[in-house]
Amino acid sequence: MARLFEYQGKTIIEDAGISVPRSEVISTADEAQKAAERIGFPVVLKSQVWVTGRASAGGISFAESQDDVFAHATRMLGALVKGQQVLKLLIEEKLDIASEYFLGMTIDDVRKRPVMMLSTRGGTGIEEIALKWPESIARMHLCPDRDIYDFEARDMLRRVGIRGVEQKKLIPIIMAFWAAARKYEARSAEINPLVQTKDGRFMAADCRMTIDDYAEFRHTDRGIEIAREFDRPATSLERIAYGIEAGDYRGTFYFFQMTRDFEKGEGVIGFHGAGGGGSMMSMDALLKRGYKLANFCDTSGNPPSSKVYRAARIILAQKNIDGYFASGSGVASQEQFHSARGLVKAFAEEGLSAPAVIRLGGNAEEVAIEILRRFSAYWPAPLEAYGKDDSPEFCAERLSVLLEKPDIASEWKRFDFPSSVSYSFRTITGRVDFDHERCLKCEEKPCIDACAKQILKLTDGVPRLAIAEDAAAKGRCTECLACELECHLLGNRGIKIELPISGLDDEAAS
Amino acid sequence: MSILIDETKRVLVQGITGREGMVRTKLMLDYGTKVLAGVSPGKAGEIVHGLPVYDTVVEAIERESHFDLSVIFVPGPYVKNAAFEAILAGIPLVVLIPDRVPIYDVLAVSELASEHNARFIGPNTLGVMSPERALMGMIGGRSRFVRENFQRGPVGVVSRSGGITTSIAYYLNKIGIGQTTIMHVGGDPIIGINLAQAVELFQEDDETKAVVMFGEIGSTQEEQVASLISDGKFNKPLVAFIGGAAAKHGMRFSHAGAIIEQGRGTHESKVKALQEAGCFVVENFGEIPEITRDVLRTL
Repeated sequence: MARLFEYQGKTIIEDAGISVPRSEVISTADEAQKAAERIGFPVVLKSQVWVTGRASAGGISFAESQDDVFAHATRMLGALVKGQQVLKLLIEEKLDIASEYFLGMTIDDVRKRPVMMLSTRGGTGIEEIALKWPESIARMHLCPDRDIYDFEARDMLRRVGIRGVEQKKLIPIIMAFWAAARKYEARSAEINPLVQTKDGRFMAADCRMTIDDYAEFRHTDRGIEIAREFDRPATSLERIAYGIEAGDYRGTFYFFQMTRDFEKGEGVIGFHGAGGGGSMMSMDALLKRGYKLANFCDTSGNPPSSKVYRAARIILAQKNIDGYFASGSGVASQEQFHSARGLVKAFAEEGLSAPAVIRLGGNAEEVAIEILRRFSAYWPAPLEAYGKDDSPEFCAERLSVLLEKPDIASEWKRFDFPSSVSYSFRTITGRVDFDHERCLKCEEKPCIDACAKQILKLTDGVPRLAIAEDAAAKGRCTECLACELECHLLGNRGIKIELPISGLDDEAAS
Repeated sequence: MSILIDETKRVLVQGITGREGMVRTKLMLDYGTKVLAGVSPGKAGEIVHGLPVYDTVVEAIERESHFDLSVIFVPGPYVKNAAFEAILAGIPLVVLIPDRVPIYDVLAVSELASEHNARFIGPNTLGVMSPERALMGMIGGRSRFVRENFQRGPVGVVSRSGGITTSIAYYLNKIGIGQTTIMHVGGDPIIGINLAQAVELFQEDDETKAVVMFGEIGSTQEEQVASLISDGKFNKPLVAFIGGAAAKHGMRFSHAGAIIEQGRGTHESKVKALQEAGCFVVENFGEIPEITRDVLRTL
């Protein structure tokens, strides 16, 4: 559920025909003064943050003069409101309010329909009102595939006692509200309060809207940075992670940070889950042992090795983690060696220095565990791998044993990637490079056997594509990473698979 | 018996030539599922794992006679169209495997399904398996793995998490308790057959003696199950585990959701509702097999 800021939501409902107060979005105190000048005093300064109850948390101020505006804007910009940093303020005309209403919609999972709600008791405390006096809120279930009729809006209004002129004025607002919510595929939307001014106009004094993440591709004009459920703006690492997910439809990769600005030794663990239910249980197992989690990460739905590799790189970019814990559902239907290879490439390239426990239970887990074991000399930290018969609690216990006296090697093997490239082909999200001079000297040619899709074959004694280049680029090469890993373990180190992560290298540099 | 899927059900695969469609069709066939044909626009005439591919669902029905269900493996944005095609062609059960299906698309599928007396499972589901009979979707994996680890028996399993569905079944099997059917209802907020409706199906199934359910925070599905039991519509023993006890509550953004949920949807409310309805709510996931065994012994 991607959240929209108040000003974004107001743009949507204003476009649909609902009046909103005159306002401007600003991000400096100077801009605030200029905006107030144009709007006219008195004005309201409203912090643009994704929380309810802004007023009581110091997120809303009133100003009568330019000095007031400057002082408030200076104080509010950059401040925290319920833990969220304020980057933008909405400067808005102050309304003369006569009465406040509530108009909202959400999706009812029982009826499997959107439901609209209307109450004459808007403003703060609407949830308590709903619990105490449920009858004071009119509800109406809606057809997801059509607008509502005026008589439907009228009936909702009369059910909460709104008649006459007010009823007439509110009908088009209710119709427009649902039309906007439907158009933008809102998971929830609300105008609270919907105010009637003393001169009889109805205006949306606030607007909160969440948009379905999976429909974001149909609404790219809405300025949603990350179509994910975040209760705060995304961190730079989260933005990088989302870039990976947005560019690769295979499987699911979800990442968010839970602890930031921590030091080594604070017991903060990099977490890598697979599947929601198993991830939650695995996180619980760590939390019960007193660890903190640097992040939540889920790679599931049969992601390719390349996606798991990128996820692991993102987790390892949190430099001060004390351990790496990967644990999913335990009995996965997906073949676990894809994840194992992704982890191995990331751990080897990064020189994993935090002890790791990897629980890859399910299909082909023995192959997965064997892969992790075979490459264990390529990073300095100890790593233990487990399968479906080992519980998350047991694996968390193993991690704590490893962390008690971390046995970090001072010497370890590194991948010796070729420095020159004589042949390469593109894959869905990267590129496979070969140094055929090295390949010519390779006796084993393990890359050929390793390629499960059989898209590599020996031509003139060196590995080349057995299929058309564009077929490989469109996904026949599944980026399973097997050729590269086997080449470095058993062959003559002639392959390098480039899987760029946009933004991560800059991030590391800063 | 079993619910939803067995070896007699005639299965169509939509999106059979895609990455997952192709792989999963093979695994379904290997396990004995009666997959008879596939649909992939523009690919009529191709053969996938020995099965004919047709351009449309109607064409598949014209050539192969009726289907009991269709399993859909097309990317999320195209799922609505594929589901509409199956429902309008008269297929009574549609399984939406993919994730990332827009929620308004799911609502539209739900409306159409009700109009046509069809049912759907998912989206974002691993699928359904009736051990030693048949499976649909991505559940289980390689047929050898499935044969070794999942056996027929008296327990129905239903879960909101895909991986946990197979985990529960595996750990039950380890102490010798097999299953009639194991079902992942799907991980999305709006889904077709939900926990409560699955539990009702298990009520109708004579072979199912008890049900194990994995619930999660969010939505009101577990509370709906509790209501079913209180209303006498489900009277078999139910062992439940609710995940997410330690999950931190997201800062609320919308009042609208809270008004509709009225305090339901939390870990506490789900556990309380199920306990009051007489379910065996276990605190540790690892206790599920033994508690289930004890429950079966009392029958």
